[in-house]
Amino acid sequence: MEPLLSLRDLSIAYDVDGGTVTAVDGATFDVPRGVIVGLVGESGCGKTTLARSLTRVLADNARITGGQAFFDGQDIMALPERQMNALRWRKIAFIPQSAMNSLDPVYTIESQLAEVLCKRGGLTRARAHVRSEELFEMVGLERGRLRDYPHQFSGGMRQRVAIALALALNPKLIVADEPVTALDVIVQRQILDQLRDLQKELSVSVIIVTHDISVVAYVCDQVVVMYAGRVAETGAMRTTLTRPAHPYTMGLRNAFPDLKSAAGVLTPIEGAPPNLMHPPPGCRFAPRCPFAQARCTDSSPPLVQVDGDHLAACHRWQEADVLRPLAALTQTWAIDIGATEMGGAKS
Amino acid sequence: MSSPVTLAKGPQAPRRGILRMVRNAFRSLHLPLDDGFAIAGLVIYAVFVLVALFAPQIATHDPTEILFTATFDLAADRRPGEDGFIMGTTSLGRDVFSQLVYGTQSALLIGITAAVMVALIGSIVGVVAGYFGGWTDTILMRLADIAFGIPFLPFVIVLAAFLEPSIWNVVIAMALILWRDTGRVIRSQVLTLRSRAYVEAARVSGSSDLKIILRHIAPNILPLSFLYGSIAIGWAILTEASISFLGFGDSSTISWGYMLQDAFASQALSKNAFYWFVPPGICIILIVSAGFFISRGYEKILFPKLGR
Amino acid sequence: MTAAPLVSLRNVRLHYPVGGAIAALRGKTTVVKAVDGITFDVAQGESVGLLGESGCGKTSTGRLLLKLDAPTTGTVTFDGADITTLRGADLRRFRTRAQLIFQNPFEALNPRFTIRASLSEPLENAAIPLAERHDRIVAALELVRLPEPDQFLDRHPHQLSGGQLQRIVMARALILDPVFVVADEPVSMLDVSVRAGVLNVFREVRARMGLTAIYISHDLALVRYVCERTIVMYLGRIVEDGPTEDIVREPLHPYTKALVTAVPVPDPDQSHDPLPIGRGAPDPRNPPSGCTFRDRCPQAFARCAVESPGPTRVGNRIVHCHLHAPS
Repeated sequence: MEPLLSLRDLSIAYDVDGGTVTAVDGATFDVPRGVIVGLVGESGCGKTTLARSLTRVLADNARITGGQAFFDGQDIMALPERQMNALRWRKIAFIPQSAMNSLDPVYTIESQLAEVLCKRGGLTRARAHVRSEELFEMVGLERGRLRDYPHQFSGGMRQRVAIALALALNPKLIVADEPVTALDVIVQRQILDQLRDLQKELSVSVIIVTHDISVVAYVCDQVVVMYAGRVAETGAMRTTLTRPAHPYTMGLRNAFPDLKSAAGVLTPIEGAPPNLMHPPPGCRFAPRCPFAQARCTDSSPPLVQVDGDHLAACHRWQEADVLRPLAALTQTWAIDIGATEMGGAKS
Repeated sequence: MSSPVTLAKGPQAPRRGILRMVRNAFRSLHLPLDDGFAIAGLVIYAVFVLVALFAPQIATHDPTEILFTATFDLAADRRPGEDGFIMGTTSLGRDVFSQLVYGTQSALLIGITAAVMVALIGSIVGVVAGYFGGWTDTILMRLADIAFGIPFLPFVIVLAAFLEPSIWNVVIAMALILWRDTGRVIRSQVLTLRSRAYVEAARVSGSSDLKIILRHIAPNILPLSFLYGSIAIGWAILTEASISFLGFGDSSTISWGYMLQDAFASQALSKNAFYWFVPPGICIILIVSAGFFISRGYEKILFPKLGR
Repeated sequence: MTAAPLVSLRNVRLHYPVGGAIAALRGKTTVVKAVDGITFDVAQGESVGLLGESGCGKTSTGRLLLKLDAPTTGTVTFDGADITTLRGADLRRFRTRAQLIFQNPFEALNPRFTIRASLSEPLENAAIPLAERHDRIVAALELVRLPEPDQFLDRHPHQLSGGQLQRIVMARALILDPVFVVADEPVSMLDVSVRAGVLNVFREVRARMGLTAIYISHDLALVRYVCERTIVMYLGRIVEDGPTEDIVREPLHPYTKALVTAVPVPDPDQSHDPLPIGRGAPDPRNPPSGCTFRDRCPQAFARCAVESPGPTRVGNRIVHCHLHAPS
């Protein structure tokens, strides 16, 4: 079956005072129908820019500099604004970061839902009311609270309202930018459970943008790992997390404490992401990679197929099975930033 | 979330001593050199300051001197250019140009003194009220409320009636009343600053209140003080002009307001003597506008997001 | 005989009246009970996590410990002295011995100050002689593993990354050789790959300097990485207090059970068991009577509505729950 969303070589840049920042550089991945995809990476990796670009709600100084994004067969990057507007909310919905803070405090929740349902969806007021109650029930809120104001809800409840708003017109794709980051762990878990249930019930595709691979492991079917504007690795969640092929993914795994297993040592990835105004030639992760070789700084590794739909952008992807156990050791990552190692890790 | 490192070079520390002090003094003025309007304002001020400083050299005559022509006639009502009077003379026989030039002195004197008083008093009140809170805050803000309740111009007139006519009446009145705006706004700014983590960090490090105020709070409110100060200059000059125009000013000092009053009293309009009131009028407009232009520049420094 | 604890809290309450003069006239002042009667000791050299969600009072407790706020009732004792009575020279001395590591490294340093100036401030306050200052600054930076300190000293915060800044914040807290440190969610604003580095430094420094530390966080996994002992808080009260490993392996209090279940892990095969907790958010203005957790507790019974549970010792832990209390 054809994927719902197909990104091919998508590039997005910002014009800033000092020059141009290439926030997303040649992103390529697929989002099948009816799955939850996790878009994971550190700050500055381009995931939020990418997410916003899917509804084409970007900042004034942002430009799509190349590539395509096929949604249901149509390249949404090439659509004229009017047609794109017809897609927004009806086919693709976006939940921005801290959505719970973006509710208008002077209007009731009901009227904000009604605005989406009536103005965008063309429903009558009566039908909108029925639908609003439906939506509230779907996201686990009491119907009686439709008439309340945002400040009367807690943070977690407002996030559910944001999800309800996104679901209002039954879109095929929901893009949620860090939907649970600002929430307490219990509420976070409840919202993630809710998202999973909703996704199964409605067969909607969801892209969750997050920096937390634990969240990805809990709720996502597929994962796309981004680093410095590029896709480092993508594939089924289980495969990618248990048998990563890209050193960055391997390193990320080490940086997350696992509550359920014995206490270990957390290993940081030394250094910081590169300056996207003047990205280094070659692989962007090379300066921080313990397995970097000469060819890594010379040429940028292409996204290759490791196995089935598991893709990775690493020159040494074929050695992944050997590198993985090395990456699990703390000493491997204690490298000297600025020096590129030849021929493998320090041990 | 953290942003990626851009390991640019740090600022080069200038050599210690005089150079550094001058540089710091200049920096502490936070001159708004980005905005075109602000630069225009600064230039206008610079011109007026120079004129005030070199008034004796620039003016052609003594501004208060009643002048006579070579033929011992009163040199009154001369039009611009006649008899060597660049801008003509008043009906009393005084040189308009010289009055204009010397008027710069009193304008700037009042303007700057008043501005400094307003900015200083307002800032101190704002900082003390905002930082210490509690009763201090309540008392100071109620004082500000009282000041808000007093209409400014009538107050100046009443003051002028009690004290002897002098250009300093305006300064006193402004110092007593017009600090209220600055005080309020700076207090809010201090309230925001006070809750910043680095201020709390200073407290945890054991810094005294005075030290926190001087090192952490004051530098952040200075641009705001300067903004209000630069607006206050314009207000002071306008007020002085109004007072003089209404006849409550000091007639022994030549000011632009005095010139306007003189022009009115001498029926400038019916005599078609535009050269009596237009020059001082333009000067007042220029200097007040310059004050606002500069304040725009400070506003950009303080609230850069307003522009977008 | 065990040594006296370094820090001691007894029945500490921090209540904020809310509602203004008109409400007070009508006799309806609501009180926010940020901290509602907590008691615990911290021994010298111990590393204790204060764990809980937002609104539980952990941050308020941290502030009370450092005399940034004063308790409404109850006592906070540091090294035998009641800190609410500290003044003048004694207070200054306290400030050199008890320090705070802030949550947001981007806000904790004055953006106009160079790093050198920020680090000098505590030294100036403690009247450390000029000649010594540079060395102490360099030593502090080396302590937090910032190599080549000279390249940082003349920089400004906006030129540095979050991880570097947080280490500097730590260096500033440690520069006067304190004995007690409160770290308020020190890594929550940092990128994940950077957190590990900062946490490792924290662990190392604590061990090296023998610091007594309180680590405030809502993240159980991080608390477990850093603290031997954990105090779980809910709505201003302590619900469980004991060795971290034990609490994680076998949580006793229903709230702790829910917390442990709720934490996601990087394991694709983790369980998706339903959370053993009711919906609803804790409201510090309107807590339920008796046990404040009872409206969300799956195991609540009659006694819970009537009586607030006191501390019960279970093994090497203390639990505040009627389920474990002697009847």
